[in-house]
Amino acid sequence: MEKLTGTFKVKSGLAEMLKGGVIMDVVDAEQAKIAEEAGAVAVMALERVPADIRAAGGVARMADPKKIKEIIEVVTIPVMAKCRIGHFAEAQILEALGVDYMDESEVLTPADPEFHVDKWRFRIPFVCGARDLPEACRRIAEGAAMIRTKGEAGTGNVIEAVRHMRTMNQQIRQVAQTPDEELVHLSKEWGAPVEVLKLIKETGRLPVVNFAAGGIATPADAALMMQLGCDGVFVGSGIFKSKDPDKRARAIVLATTHYNDPKILAEVSENLGEPMRGIDIAQLKSEELLQVRGN
Amino acid sequence: MHIGVLALQGDFREHLAILRAVGLEVREVRTLAQLEGVDGLIIPGGESTTMAHLLMRNGLMESLRRRGRDGLPIYGTCAGMILLAQELEDDRPQERLNLMGVTVRRNAYGRQLDSFEADLQIKHIGAFHAVFIRAPKIVRVRPSVEILAEHDGTPVLVRQKNLLASSFHPELTGDSRVHQYFLEMVARR
Repeated sequence: MEKLTGTFKVKSGLAEMLKGGVIMDVVDAEQAKIAEEAGAVAVMALERVPADIRAAGGVARMADPKKIKEIIEVVTIPVMAKCRIGHFAEAQILEALGVDYMDESEVLTPADPEFHVDKWRFRIPFVCGARDLPEACRRIAEGAAMIRTKGEAGTGNVIEAVRHMRTMNQQIRQVAQTPDEELVHLSKEWGAPVEVLKLIKETGRLPVVNFAAGGIATPADAALMMQLGCDGVFVGSGIFKSKDPDKRARAIVLATTHYNDPKILAEVSENLGEPMRGIDIAQLKSEELLQVRGN
Repeated sequence: MHIGVLALQGDFREHLAILRAVGLEVREVRTLAQLEGVDGLIIPGGESTTMAHLLMRNGLMESLRRRGRDGLPIYGTCAGMILLAQELEDDRPQERLNLMGVTVRRNAYGRQLDSFEADLQIKHIGAFHAVFIRAPKIVRVRPSVEILAEHDGTPVLVRQKNLLASSFHPELTGDSRVHQYFLEMVARR
């Protein structure tokens, strides 16, 4: 047999390798190096971290290719980058740049009011956000090889990520207990492809890796999400919007590995300096919520 | 027989699942205490820089290096192979276990675009379907190292006495034969 590339196995396989790790948002080569040296398993190359996107307003787009290339140049760990929801041309550009993973992300301004990118057409794997199991199933049916909670990016507030993970866990339990003859009905009710529901019923879990994202700011937040069953953690604004990014990054890496060991968590949480300030979700207007983008 | 799987980061769950499926008692190893009493250890795929960082922090690196030199059977897949290697052909230094006489180049098969599946012929095992993810490449081996499988003329599964290393991920395909080969190494020790 010849070499096979771009298969779902190698796409989901890379996500498997990232498990138990922390993926950090970075905006330049210098931050990328700090993240790698702190133990990040991958970096997300961005123009601005979500907190700044939120503050700046306007249309948020794919990062400048020059910036992405600079970041690829300085690290050996995988480099991810974001494209707008439905913006398959941005995805084509990111693929041409040779990024290792693409995040079709609600943090950027959506480009298509209805449709997501047909991710099966790409050889580079995609990660997509989801608030619940039906949304995760739709993304998987579109070809996503990795899922993350949407949470509420750029807030430093973990409540939405917790809500999304708990919802997914409850719905996975529900699928596991649904008799086969009722799966089609559930599929219709949820708008979730029945093939994906069948896979979930068989294994009792999502068929792809599921990370936490959107509001993780402290080692304790990371441990919380891991104990809720996430496979790993994305930290966006939480690191480089804090007083001491290097120290906080190292602490979150350790907390993600030793999430079940409160003694280590206590030790690594000590004296980290100011975390990012954070936003109470109730203070956000409904049009300021990023998680409702794409469904 | 107690087999440990280093569970600091990476796809340790897949290794644990394969070992459990062949009826073994397995243990996740995150601390020095958990390393005590294992008869063999698997270092999973993942990010070698992350694992090295975590190994350095709690004394596991030194202890594992010592036990590896004393003959503890260790099998490293992908990132695990990088950690076992005595030499990295790379401009960036990285803490490693330095146990195995191979020279490895990180991500030498390319970026994720070049991750691939291929069929191999493995000595003592036979045909084997293998998955390579941003794989490290073995560029040189010392005479003490036995080559068990090659792909395109490059070694991809190698053994040196108590040490086994692969560029690919047998834990991702659910085929337990490479693991069973390792278990025989542990049993015969």
